[in-house]
Amino acid sequence: MSIDQARLREIAADRWQSLRRQFDDLDTLRQRLDYQTYVLAAAALLASVLLGVGDLATKGSIERRQAEDLLATLEQVLPSGLYDNDLLRDSGTVADTGEQGLGVVPVYVARKGGAVTAVAFKLSAKGGYSGPIALVMGVSADGVVLGTRVVAHAETPGLGDKIERNKSDWITFFDGRSLENTSPERWRVKKDGGDFDQFAGATITPRAVVGGVQAGLKFFQRHRDELLSPR
Amino acid sequence: MNQEFRKIARDGLWDNNIVFSQSIGLCPLLAVTGTATNGLGMGLATAAVMVVCNVLISHGRALIPPEIRIPIFVVLIAMVVTLVDMVMNAWLHEMHKVLGLFIPLIVTNCAILGRVEAFASRRPLAQSAADGLMMGLGFTLALVVLGAAREIVGAGTLFADAALLMGDSFAWLETVVIDPYRGFLLMALPPGGFLMLGFILAGKKLIDRRLAARQQRAMPIGDSLAENS
Repeated sequence: MSIDQARLREIAADRWQSLRRQFDDLDTLRQRLDYQTYVLAAAALLASVLLGVGDLATKGSIERRQAEDLLATLEQVLPSGLYDNDLLRDSGTVADTGEQGLGVVPVYVARKGGAVTAVAFKLSAKGGYSGPIALVMGVSADGVVLGTRVVAHAETPGLGDKIERNKSDWITFFDGRSLENTSPERWRVKKDGGDFDQFAGATITPRAVVGGVQAGLKFFQRHRDELLSPR
Repeated sequence: MNQEFRKIARDGLWDNNIVFSQSIGLCPLLAVTGTATNGLGMGLATAAVMVVCNVLISHGRALIPPEIRIPIFVVLIAMVVTLVDMVMNAWLHEMHKVLGLFIPLIVTNCAILGRVEAFASRRPLAQSAADGLMMGLGFTLALVVLGAAREIVGAGTLFADAALLMGDSFAWLETVVIDPYRGFLLMALPPGGFLMLGFILAGKKLIDRRLAARQQRAMPIGDSLAENS
């Protein structure tokens, strides 16, 4: 038994030595096709494992941050006196079909004492200078804009990005507007004969946002009963 | 040793600047240099990725066979950029909201692959890290100079919204250069980037020529003859 063990150890040491020699001679090893395959596979595996670990480590945190962002935006478009419920929990989607439809719209319901006081929803305004512009807007139960914010866009920095609240207060001029107090021909930028300012050097962007907010109000009108019914 | 690092710094910042001399990495360059602030943010993020990639690949350079080095570099660079994106999104969320748009663009920067291939894959760790840092800072310099030039001509401001990127303590950077100014749309759009880059490249050539001429004049005649022969 003990002899066998000694022999085994000898064999193992031998193998180890030959392996060491191969590694000492990296130049020859590097030219072997099987080694190259292994290295490439190992690099890919390493990258996948690190990305997996990175994803696991950051996923929860990213989701929390995004929920905080969403809540912060909702708080900007819904005055705090209007609700006492958890907006993120009290959410759902409304399917808006038809030619002018907005598709599936995520909706957040503001309630005070159980009664629906306002709703906030996300929509994307078509016709931006470089792609759609994502908006969140709050609308009171009687169809008046409480607040609007642009949450994502790809407009030209320095020109079209004045639609962001932290760059200009342009977006607040929608507050208090409704389909009743502003006729369809006033729902345009001033250049087109409407009520809303355009920016120097950028008309397409504000035009798209004005159209988007109007489309949002029309969506509210179409689905008023569904949106305001206590679920 | 010291001289070596000085040469690395000189190469990265001026002599062999990614943009001004090598004229690579132009895709992210033209996309984000509408303002000096955006250029600064993109430049620093790129510099960070360059340092990490250079260190990683310089460290493993003995193991990587030359035949398959490019796919390995590409996989590693893409991994580093994605990790930086995720980590920033999770723990530096405010900064990510401003810079987030640019981070995936870093992958399109061939300068990173270029430095890894030309430098890090054949040089020791410390030099590679220094090269990544200096090349990254040189790239940042180019982005800020181009961004500032386009911003001044295009919008009449300089470092607009710097406070959004770096916090309120940097609000003093925001200046209005020309007031009132109606703006020059062309400069804010990508074609303006190409035009301005052309002027800046010409300017760099001019400076280099002046420097060379002055060096020639400063040299004793015998030396300059030896140099020319």
